[in-house]
Order: sequence, then structure tokens, then C-alpha cells
Amino acid sequence: MRASELPIPVSLWTAGLLGGSFVPVRGKLYVGVVCLAALVVITLPYAPHSVNVEVVASLTLLSVVVERVNLAVLSRERLGVAMRMTLPINIAAGLVSGPREAALIGALGGFMSFRGAWIKRAFNSAALALSSFAAAAVIALAGDSHLQFMAGGFRPSAVAAVLLAGAVHCLVNGALLVGVLWSVEGVAPARVIRSALLPTAPGYLGYSLLGLLMAVLWPSMGALSAALVLLPLVVARWAISQYTAEQAAYEATVRALVQAVETKDLYTRGHSERVATASVMIARVLGMREERVNALRYAGVLHDVGKLGVPTKILHKTSGLTPDEFAAIQVHPVRGTEMLQGIEFLDEAFQGILHHHERMDGFGYPMGLAGPSIPEFARVIAVADAFDSMTSTRSYRGARSQEEAVGELERCKGTQFDPVMVDALVSALRKQPWTPAPAHMDPQPPGAVDDDDPTLLALRTRHGALPAVGQREPR
Amino acid sequence: MTMALPTRARSTEMRGTALVASAAVLLVLWSVVLTAGEHVHQPVIATAFLVLVALGEVVRLQLPGDREAAPVGAAGILAYALLARFGTQPTTYPATQVIALAAVAVLLGAVPHVLAGRTPRVDEPARRILLAALAAYAFRPAWNGGQSWLAHQPTWVLALVMLGVAVLVLLADAVLAAFLRADRDRAPYLISLRDELRAVLALGSAVAATGVLIALAAQVMAFWALPVFCVPLLLTQMSFRRYSVIRATYLQTIRSLSRVTELGGYTETGHAQRVSELSLAVGRELGMREDELLELEYAALMHDLGQLSLTEPVPGGATIMVDRGEQRRIAELGAAVIREAGVLDRVALVVARQADPYRRPHETTDETLPLASRIIKVVNAFEDLVPEGAEYSRGLDAIERLRLGMAYDYDPRVVETLARIVRRSGR
Repeated sequence: MRASELPIPVSLWTAGLLGGSFVPVRGKLYVGVVCLAALVVITLPYAPHSVNVEVVASLTLLSVVVERVNLAVLSRERLGVAMRMTLPINIAAGLVSGPREAALIGALGGFMSFRGAWIKRAFNSAALALSSFAAAAVIALAGDSHLQFMAGGFRPSAVAAVLLAGAVHCLVNGALLVGVLWSVEGVAPARVIRSALLPTAPGYLGYSLLGLLMAVLWPSMGALSAALVLLPLVVARWAISQYTAEQAAYEATVRALVQAVETKDLYTRGHSERVATASVMIARVLGMREERVNALRYAGVLHDVGKLGVPTKILHKTSGLTPDEFAAIQVHPVRGTEMLQGIEFLDEAFQGILHHHERMDGFGYPMGLAGPSIPEFARVIAVADAFDSMTSTRSYRGARSQEEAVGELERCKGTQFDPVMVDALVSALRKQPWTPAPAHMDPQPPGAVDDDDPTLLALRTRHGALPAVGQREPR
Repeated sequence: MTMALPTRARSTEMRGTALVASAAVLLVLWSVVLTAGEHVHQPVIATAFLVLVALGEVVRLQLPGDREAAPVGAAGILAYALLARFGTQPTTYPATQVIALAAVAVLLGAVPHVLAGRTPRVDEPARRILLAALAAYAFRPAWNGGQSWLAHQPTWVLALVMLGVAVLVLLADAVLAAFLRADRDRAPYLISLRDELRAVLALGSAVAATGVLIALAAQVMAFWALPVFCVPLLLTQMSFRRYSVIRATYLQTIRSLSRVTELGGYTETGHAQRVSELSLAVGRELGMREDELLELEYAALMHDLGQLSLTEPVPGGATIMVDRGEQRRIAELGAAVIREAGVLDRVALVVARQADPYRRPHETTDETLPLASRIIKVVNAFEDLVPEGAEYSRGLDAIERLRLGMAYDYDPRVVETLARIVRRSGR
């Protein structure tokens, strides 16, 4: 899960460009227009009062301090978007002063707190100015003027106005962000909206209420109240940075442990990782929800850990397997599931690991499930597993080409594999290049038979035992 | 008698909890009697806060290190204790009413959890009630229904007084939690206090600030202050929940994956788990910090990982039976795997040095050897010598054998701590 899926307002553009990379003309034009618009709203004379210097200075200072405290986290974000914490300040600016001050505070705060390429700095400041301006305009239109707050008054309707302002801030900022990521970095708008903006909408609404609280307490306590009000947000940000670090550590640890298992006596290093990648590719085509994709990734990485329970001499066996030895191999999905039982989050992943050797025609193992009664995760992993196995080198044959492997999958559609999953993989491969296992891997045991190779498996399940390798392979 | 080696000292586990719980119960009884004997002051305000605190209790969350927190509930009850005026009307209720309200809210908040079949904890709610009492007795008499000097001060003075009380409560929270933990785990008190301060500071400061701000904002916003403040705090709580879930998942995954050596027939079933539990018990008594204990746990769970690289399993997985060079090679191979992760370098160091003696001939103690490595060396040897479910006397024999190795291999401090734990379990 990405940190940007957490309920914190997102509004910074951070990725790429730091090394002075190429910015397309449309990108320059776009950023130019945004900056110009920000300048216009800051400088146009439209309000009957002059700028309140005290409010602008203290809120700008507060924005800079709060952002500086948290800059360390920014580098970890993906998708070129980072969280920022000044939202309540920007909303409060609209409440205790007016739209123009809000825009000014947004621009100054954004400019001083973010360092990086000039184009990003300019864009981030301008975007923050425009969205703060829009939010403050909503508040002003709703009739909650700064005069009322500065006099210590409060109307319940202000709650609705602030929620609306938070939503508008989110919309304006989100739209500007989608634009810049599209025009400069070429990221598809749908992807930004789905994975970076939508999940943070509750954060925008919820934390904009903190702006209301700052405004309510402003007359009696001034900037002190603002600092206190920000604490929950600062703490949330801290928790999220901890979460992000822990998540990364977790993934790295699982990967290292799985690699250790693989190098022991399995045929290829990186197989589990590639099965996870192919499974995720299939899941994306199927349009799975993000949490399920994550669970599937873990299931892919861990699908073969149970093989460690199979005695090495059976895995390394060069001649035909006796029914007993074959039974020992068949038990590996069960062993894997047993071992992982203690992990709470993996519910659906268990099913995927347990049943990844089932076949659509019911001749698979360990349970002989058929067709749709095989869990979806297992049907995905089965295809990914077979695909990677076929495109990797085995001691009894060379690696097949991607086309040959796809042809084999197509041939086994309906009998061994779920046609939906095969088609999904084929369509994913068209869009995204596949990196197969390196051709020359570390020495493997001579004649080790790959249990995931569908051509071998087909025979084995029908006859109860694997034929001697030399009789069938290499072809 | 068979041995069941304890991860925690069960006989005394309840003593501290019982003390805190009975203090809370006595306070609550006293408060309820007083509140009922008089009448409920300002019942509408009380009802609003009761709803808030009870809801906060329902959505409480688990934090890393077997902790429970109810941030919204805690902020709500703190705000109720610190409430000076509601709108323009001064609040008049006494401290006992705050305590009674906290108790009722804790009970109401436990109902959905009990209905869902979960056993509610006693220690943490009791702690929250005691803290509510502290805040109430610190502020209510000083406010005295708006009759005291405090009523005529400007808002910022009032705010500073409230902040002072909130900080006091925050510190008392850590002190009380440390008392409970030190008692339960037989850990040194000051170490526990340090751990608790680190653990509660982040979320606790958000809770304290929110409590103070609700009380202040209620002077302007009346009822609106409650939901408007709690929504952001709920969002913050969600971030914490994610963090705490990933921490738990991490630990569960390492526990599960540490069993690969069992599955491969390299070690006996449950060996890694037993070594880690016993190592933790030793580490706690030796005063290791919480973060060090987590590293110790990870290292103990993965200490045999290097055996995966052996062609033939060591008989029974007992590394004590193989020669020293081989032991060291297994340790180094395991550390290499862990180092591969890139994030557990200190754990890798502990695993790498688990076979090293704590001192060599003609030298003093090896100060560079991590305490965690020494613990794992001793406990691992003990586990290899004492099969699961063995007689108590075998445990004592094993300790004697470890004592023979105290000149070089086994750190005497660790062996004696282990001996204490074994003796305790056998009684």
C-alpha cells in the first residue's frame, strides 16, 4: 500500500525533474499559466480592506515550520505526489482574513517550504495559492466573513462552509496536480485520480475542520492555538512516515527470506518474485481492488515456501518418481499454508497458495478442485507460475520464448488454466514488457524437475507419477 | 513435573493490574455514590460528553507492544474534566461527576466488544479512569464552578493552566503504564518508563492538545466543538491503526517464516519460537529496551536460518552438537540472508555473533558482543539440551552444564538470569 492512500491531504508535486531533466513545451506552458493565474488572484484589488500583515506573517511562518519538520518524509512517496500539512492553515487563512490573503499565504508558504527545481517550486506555490483562494472564496460566499471570527463569533453553518471549502481545495488542487503530472511527466490522469487523489479526499474534509478550530480560537489565543491545533495532523504524519518505513522494511524482509528459501534447493532464484509480478499484472487487467492486489502479491511471493518441506533428494531426482515421492511433492502447498497460518492479513492469499496447483478440469492437487470452485487467487497464480517456469531455463531444456510459453498457456486453456486469467496475462504482456529469468543462473542440480512446468505436470497428474525426464524433454 | 517455561511471570502478572483496577473501582464507587446522592449537574452537557467518550471507547485501537489506546475517548474525558465554560455558561459539576461519567463511558464502550466475543482488558480502562480522576481533581476544584480566581483571568492564562494539567496527565499516564508493565514483565522500572514515554508521547500529545482545545473551543462553539475536533483525531487514529497493523503483520510474518527451518527438517518443531520466547524473558529481566527486545525477538526467531544452506541437516537441529567452526559458519550464513533485506542490519549482527564466546583466554569480556547474541547463545544451548516437555530436573541439569561453560562461552549474567526463570517455572 502506498502512503498516498492514507487519509492525509495530498498536494505537492515532487517526482522527476530534480536533475534538470527535459520539460516538454506543453509542460512549461501549463506551469506558466498556473503561475500567472496565481499572480492575478494575489495582486488584483478586489477587497475593501487592506492585507492583514500580522495574520499573513504568522500563518506563513507556521506553514514553513510545519512543512520543514516533515520534509524528510517526502522522498519516499511514489507517483510524484507528496502529502503536505498546511491545509488547515490555508483554510484558517480564509476564515480569519480573506481570499487574497489566503492565496498570498499559500504562495509564500509553498515557496519557502519546498526546495527543488524552480519549475516545481513555482508550480507548487501557485497551485497552493489558487486552491487556497478558491476555498476562501467559498467561505466568503457562504457569508462567514473574517470580521465575525475576529470578533469571536461562531455560526454552526460555518462547519458546512468549511467542509465545502475543504472539498473545493481538494478539487482545485487535485485538478492542477493531474494537469502537471500529465503535461510534464505523462502520467495518465485516471491513475493519479484513482491512486493518489481519491483516497485522500476524506483527509481533506476531516483536516479542513482543524482550520475552523484555528479560526475560532484565533481571537483569544492567536498563533498559539494554531500550533496546538496542528498537533493531530503532525502526529498523523509521523505515524504515516513510521508506517511507510515499516512497510518497506517488511517487504524487503519477506523478499530476503524467500530468496534464502529459493537458493536452498529450488531451481531458479527470483522465481517467486517474478510470479508475484506476473500475478499483479493479471490482477491489474482484471481491475482488482488495491488491497486484494497487495494480498495477491504476497501470495505470489510466498506460493512455493512449502517446497522446503519436500526432501531435497526428491526435488533433485532425475529418474521417475514413485507414487509416494509424488505425494511428497504434492503436499507442498499445504505445508506452505500451514507455515503461514499465523499471518492475519493473508486470508485470501492462503487460498491462493493452497490451491495454486489445482487444474480447471479437476485433476490438480492438493484437493482436486475444478473450475470456478478454485479460488480466484489460485487461478491467477497458476497461470503466472507456469508462465515464469516455461520462460526460465531448466536443466532438461532451455528457456522457451515468450510466444512459445503463451502458446502453451493457450493450449491448456480450460483444461489446466482459467481462460480469463490466460487472456488477462496475454493482454498485460502486450502493454508491459516482461523480464524473464536470466538465461544462465547459478548451477542447479542436474535433472531437477520443475513441478510448475505445465507440460510435465499434465502427464504427471494423469498417470500419477512423473515420467523419466529424458523420455519427454527437451523438446 | 513438566516444565512450562514462562514468557512472563504469570504468578505476579495480576498484582499490579489488580492494584490499579481496585483503585479505579474504589474511586468509581465513591464518585457514583456522591454523584447519585446529589444530583447530576448540567445533564445535557454530561450526556453529550458521555456519548463522545463512549464512542471513543468503542473505536479504541491496539498499538505496537501490546498497548491499547482510546484517543478520542481520552481526549473527550480530558476535555470534560477541563471544561470551564460551555458557551458563556460556567460549568459547575464536581470532579466526582467526571469520574462517574468516565466509568459509565468505559462500560458502555466495552459492550460492543463483549457482544463481538472479545474479552475486554482490565488494566488499560482502569488506567484511563484513574487519569480522568487525576485531571478532574487537578482542575475542577481550582475552577470551582466559576467562583475561583481563575474565572477572571484572560483566556490564555486559562489555556496555560489547562495545558499544565494535560501535560501532568500525559506524564502520569506514562508512569502508570510503566508501573503496570514493569510489574507484569519483571522488567526494571526505569527502562519501562522510558519505553512508555516513547510510546505514548506522539499520540498522547495529540490527545492532550485535542482535549485542551475542545475545552477552549466549547466556550465559543458549545456542542459543535465535540464533533469538529474529533473528526481530525479519528483520522489521526486511522493512521496509527495502519502503523500498528503493519508492525503486527511484520512480527507474525517473521514468526511464520522462521519455521522454514522446521519445515525443511533442520530444526525441531517450535524451536525458534521457544528460543525467542525464552530469550525475551531473559532480555526483559536484564533490562533491555523495547526496541532492543524487538531486535532480540527477530534475531532469536531467525537464528537458525543459516542451516538452510547446509546440505544435510544437523541431527535434531541441535547446533550445540556441531563443532565451533561449523556453528560460526551457520551463524554467518544466516546473517548474510538477513543482511540481504537491507533493513535489519542490527539483527543480522546479532545473528552473526550468536556463536561467539563472550570472552577468550587471557582477555577480558568482549564488549563488542551484543547482549542479544549472548542471550541467544545461552538460550539456544539450553533449548538444545532440554527437549520440550522434559522433566524439571533436566532443566536444572542443563543449567549446570551451561555453568560449566561460563568461563568462555556463556555469559554468567545471562546464565544466572535464565536459571532464575527456570527455577521460577519449576515451583
